Parts: sequence; C-alpha cells; structure tokens
Amino acid sequence: MMTLTVKMTTKVATHGLNLFYGEKQALHSISLDIPAHRVTAFIGPSGCGKSTFLRSLNRMNDLIQNVRTEGQVLLDGMNIYADDIDVVELRKRVGMIFQKSNPFPKSIYENVAYGPKINGMQNRAALDEIVETSLRRAALWDEVKDELKKSALSLSGGQQQRLCIARALAVNPDVLLMDEPASALDPIATGKIEELIFELKDKYTIVIVTHNMQQAARVSDLTAFFYLGELIEFGKTKSLFTTPEKKQTEDYITGRFG
Amino acid sequence: MKPLRFTLGKMVVPISAFASFGVILIVIIVMGTILAGGWSTLSWEFLTATPSEGMTKGGIFPSIVGTVLLVLTMSIAGVPIGTITALYLSEYSTKGSYLSRGIRFAVNTLAGVPAIVFGLFGLGFFVQFVGGGLDSIFADGIQVKWSQPNILWASLTMAILTLPVVIVSVEEAIKAVPQELRAASLALGATQWQTIWKVVLPNSLTGILTGAILAVSRGAGEVAPILFTGAAYFLPELPSGLSDQFMELGYHIYIMSTQSTNVEATEGIQYATTLVLLLLTFVLNFSAIFVRSRLRSRVTRA
Amino acid sequence: MQRHFEQEIEKLKTLLIKMSSLAEDAIAKSIRAMLEKQPSIAQQVVDQDTAINLMEVEIDQAVVDLLALQQPVATDLRFILAASKINNDLERIGDHAVNIAESARKFSEISTIEPVVDIPQMSQITKAMLRDSIDGFIHSNTALCLAVLKNDDLIDELNKKVVNELVEAIRKNPKMVEEALEIIRVSRNLERVADLATNIAEEVIFIREARVVKHHLEDPKKK
Repeated sequence: MMTLTVKMTTKVATHGLNLFYGEKQALHSISLDIPAHRVTAFIGPSGCGKSTFLRSLNRMNDLIQNVRTEGQVLLDGMNIYADDIDVVELRKRVGMIFQKSNPFPKSIYENVAYGPKINGMQNRAALDEIVETSLRRAALWDEVKDELKKSALSLSGGQQQRLCIARALAVNPDVLLMDEPASALDPIATGKIEELIFELKDKYTIVIVTHNMQQAARVSDLTAFFYLGELIEFGKTKSLFTTPEKKQTEDYITGRFG
Repeated sequence: MKPLRFTLGKMVVPISAFASFGVILIVIIVMGTILAGGWSTLSWEFLTATPSEGMTKGGIFPSIVGTVLLVLTMSIAGVPIGTITALYLSEYSTKGSYLSRGIRFAVNTLAGVPAIVFGLFGLGFFVQFVGGGLDSIFADGIQVKWSQPNILWASLTMAILTLPVVIVSVEEAIKAVPQELRAASLALGATQWQTIWKVVLPNSLTGILTGAILAVSRGAGEVAPILFTGAAYFLPELPSGLSDQFMELGYHIYIMSTQSTNVEATEGIQYATTLVLLLLTFVLNFSAIFVRSRLRSRVTRA
Repeated sequence: MQRHFEQEIEKLKTLLIKMSSLAEDAIAKSIRAMLEKQPSIAQQVVDQDTAINLMEVEIDQAVVDLLALQQPVATDLRFILAASKINNDLERIGDHAVNIAESARKFSEISTIEPVVDIPQMSQITKAMLRDSIDGFIHSNTALCLAVLKNDDLIDELNKKVVNELVEAIRKNPKMVEEALEIIRVSRNLERVADLATNIAEEVIFIREARVVKHHLEDPKKK
C-alpha cells in the first residue's frame, strides 16, 4: 500500500558481475542497482547464486580459495574490487549477518564491543554508550540490559541473532547484508527479526537473502529473482508478487518449481 | 541356531572387558611393584635432601629441581614456537603450497626420529657449535661457559623433540575453532591477525594446553636426549643459571641402576626415585588438565 | 509499536470507513433531494459518485496487495475478504444513490404532489440500517448487525406496500403515472440499499464469529 514517492538513490550497484569457482561459473553478468534505505530481497531456488552474490558485496568471497570475480561492484560510486581498496575498511561499511547466528564465546557486552574495540576505541564510557545504542537498535536492550556480562551463548537462538545484528550495528555500517537471518528461528523469533528489519531501514540499507518467499513479500521493498546464477527479474516487491513479468518468476513464486 | 552375528555381538562385550581388565591388571602390578619397593624409602627427608655417601643414602631433591626446571624451560622454548608454526600452517599458508608441504614433511619426519639421535644432535649442534660460537664471541675462546652441557641446551633439545606433538595438537585445536567465528570477525572489519589474536587463539587455548601437557609428559620421561646435553651424575649445588648442569630424575634412575657401586643398597632409592618421577609426572599432568578444564568451562558458559 | 502488518490493516479499515461515510452521505442527500424536491442536491450526488468509484478501485488494490504480500490467516483473512465485499456493496449503494437522485430530479420537475406514502419511513429505516451496519463494522459489534438483519424483512414489506398503493393510485388517476413510477423507482432503490446494508451486516458477523448467516442459512435470532 506504500507507494515509494521519495526518490530512490542507489547505494550499491553491480555492473556485469561474473564469479567463478575454479572453472565453474556461478554468477553470470549480474547488473543490479540496490537503493539506499530500502530493503532489497534476493530469492531463488537453492544453488541459484543469491548467497554467492550477497557475499560478493562485501568481498567475503575473497576468503574462499579458487574464487575469481570479474566486473564491478560500486558502493556509492566506488568500485570495491579496485586494486587500491582496503577490504578491511570495506567490511566496516558493509556488515553481514549470517544464517546461523555466530556470537563469539564471550560476554554479551564483549560481543557488541568487539567491532569498536578492534577499531581502536578504548574509552570505557564511549564503549558503554555504543553497546547500549546498538542493543537498543537491535531491539535487544530491554532483554539483556541487566546481564551484559553473561555469556552470549546463554541466549536463545532469536536473541543470539539479534545480538549479531547489534554487533554489526556497533561499527556503524551503511549497508547490512543478511544471509537468511531467520531461517534457523521459530516463527515468533522470525517475526521479531522481520519487525526489526522494518525499523532498521530508516538508517541503513538492507539486503536480505531468503529462501522463504513469503518473508521476502512481507519484508522487502524490492525483490530480485535469481536462477542458475542469472538475474531473472528485479523490481518492486508489490509488482513482482502480483504481476511478475517473466514466466520463470511466476512459476517459482507460485511454487511450480524450485 | 542363532545367526553368527548375534553370537559375535554378544562376544564383544566380554572380550573387551577382559582386555580392559588385563591392562588395568598390568598397571596395578607395575605400580604395585614400584610402590612396594620404594614406599619404605620415601620420606620428607628423602625428597628434600641431596644424595650422600656415594649415592647410597640421602635424597633426590636436586634431581626433582632439575627435572622441573628442565620441563619448564623446555615448555617456554617449545610451546610458543610450536604454536606459531601451527598458526602459520592453519591460518596463513596457502593450502598445498611448497612451503607448507615442506613444513609438514619436516614435522612428520621429526616425529619419527629416535630420542638418542636428538641427544647426539643436541651435543653436536647446541653444545659444541652454538655453545662454542657463543664462547668465542663473548669470552674470546678462553672461558668455557656455553660450550658445555647445561640446562639451556638440554631444554632446547627436548623442545625440538616435543615440537611435533605441540604443533599437531595446536593445529587440531585451531582447526576446531568454527569457521563461522572467523567469518563473523572478518565481516566486522577485523584484520586476519586481529581475528587470530582475539578469536582464534582464545578459543584454542585448551588445545594449546593439551599440546603443552603432552610435551611435558614426554619431556619428564625422556632420558636419552639429556644424556649428552645437560644431565649430570652428581652436583654439589643446585643449578643457578642456564649455563649450569643439572641432575634429573630419569637420568638418576638410569645411573643408579646401571652404574651404582652398590646395587643392593641403592635398590630402595631406585624404586623410590621411580615412584617420585611417576608422581611428578602425574602431578604435572593433572594440574595442566585441571587448568584446561577450568578454561574450557569459562569459554563455553561464562 | 504496532507491527507493520497491523498498520496496513488499519489503513485498509480507514479507507473503508471513509468510503462508507461517502456512501451514507450520498444516500442521505439523494433522499433529501427527493423529499424536498431539490434538484441541485441531486446533482451533487451524481457528481460525488466519481469519488466513490475511485475509492473502490483503491481499496481493491489494497486488498490484492495485502493478500499477496502478507499471507493473512484467520481473523485477518476474513477481515480482508469481507472488506473486499463490503467495498463492492458500498460502491453499489453509491450507484443506487445516483439512481434515487436522478428520480428525485425528474420528480421535482414533473410532480406537484408530495411523495408521502411510506417513502419517508422507508428512508428512515434504510438510513438507520446502513448506519448500524457500518457502525457494526467499525466497532466489531455483531449485536448491532443482527438487529439490521431483522429490519430487512420490514423494508421488503414496505416496498411491496408502496408499490401496491401506487398501482391503485395509478388506476384511479392515470395521469400521475410518471410521478408514481419515479416514486416506485425510489422505493425499489431503497429496498436494494437495505439489502446491501444487510449484506454488510452479514459480512461483519462472518469476520467476527466465522459464522455464515447469509440467505437465512442460520436463524439469526439464535445466538
């Protein structure tokens, strides 16, 4: 029902992105404009390349051996695959939340403070403030504010995932990449994460990979449909789910394949 | 007639029970013999006095001190080097590169070298070559300080001996740290070193300790490597520095049982020394295991 | 803070409330135009029908979006489906208001008599039914809606009575056939509006209690 009347600016753009695992080509010339302060969802069947594409937006694919990436990925107009780019700095601007929550085996406080600390922040008061702000933004503060010293592993699955979100927010990124953030969670916890995504898009640009189409429909402003490493269709979620342009898209979202 | 697999299945439990009891029985017999032979000689005085009257009376205090010093110095030298090597192999090197394959080959070979060979190596390399070199630089070849067997060379030799064990256990521990934790750290904008220092190492601490424990156990027991590199038969004083020789429990037992002037008189001492060595090993092991389990519970819960 | 989905449902509800007040207003004006012979008011009703039609399209789109994007179930689903039907009912009520307005205009031109018979009473009851069914929708008040269902039979009776009386009057005085026809038209349209109001009331009961009371499938007097 919400029409996007505010003009959208592009935050991340890819031009002809190709990715190879050794000889096998996993992404075929993906060109996509991801707008700022919106939620963009990537959907598609298993193995379609959506997670691989997501990881190429913060160069996490660099960690995998034998991966070769061609083409451009522009963050605010700058190609992140240029030779002079500091990957460590890039990852502070483009954060990532993983499918299975992976908090460090440290206290809740230390988890959230990890990012600022490795950036050199030592002032206790400043750290306290960042920890509180991040936990509030991740809708977790009220639940843990009296137990910040407790181990992060003592939290429930949904809380752990929100902790990971708080941890990512603590380094003040521009973009949040979420790789199936709720797939390991029960419906209540999933609902909380989805509500959180709504609240976050005010300040951040969010890209979410999900194998749950209904989630993409509920949560995102734009949706991209991937299949076998290609981008099949990309548009406003409302249009894609009511009147998809390509038959492949329609077949997928109606459950006729995949 | 029931099928064969049922019968075989039923036989497994009794057979393994029998084998286990057999092993326990052997341990009991050995321990029992040692205990029986050495119990009467064991006393507080025995543990704190030095040997006297040509080793037929007195205590083994210097040997205890020497053993402890040896093991400590060996760990200080060996564990960090082993850890760093394991870190390099698992975190920094490209899999399958010539360098990493070369290192692994060296480690595996080292593991198979007989202990006595280490002793000879220690003598030739550390005592004579390095020690001789040090003396000629610092003492103009006049004073003979470093080109002799001492704690330093013995510890370094033992450190090299136990290096494969340390490297393997530390590498296992590092590999056991889930990749997702590394991914989380890197995704937050940490460098690889920051990730290692703040996430990987703290989580593999228990494994590092395991490696150290294994090294210590070996170090306290091996006698061959220290034969030529530092152990002495009898010393009037305790070692005061790294360039001093030392007495050691394992070596003491060897000397006492083969070269003693009066084997019968020293029989009790031999048993008792063996007992002390065993107990020392146990104490070292258990205290390290204790520390490890404390760390483990802190990491997974607190 | 309300969930995003609940906010969307509220928006739909707001649109429907707005639409229903437009429809009520249209009926009220058209009846006034008839009873007071005011062609200018009749014209207003005709002009304002465009707004009602546009709203129907907007609400239809909102319903499609909600169904496609939010996968509603249970009460939410019943609400959205009922909202779709109520939307259509309200648009048709608007059309009937236009019909009544056109009859009013013609009547005011040609007629010299007052359209007494039972029209005033019918229009009172019909307006009340519409008001009550919409109130019942806004406040989820099924008691109010059940009351509406009872009045439907009454309106049917009144309609028949009006027709019969006017047929008699035409027989006695053939010259007034045109005026009488307009009055009959108004009566029929009012009867249809009453039917639509009854539909709305039935939808509201469906939303709240998941009971289907249409077509007298269930005796509405039983609770």
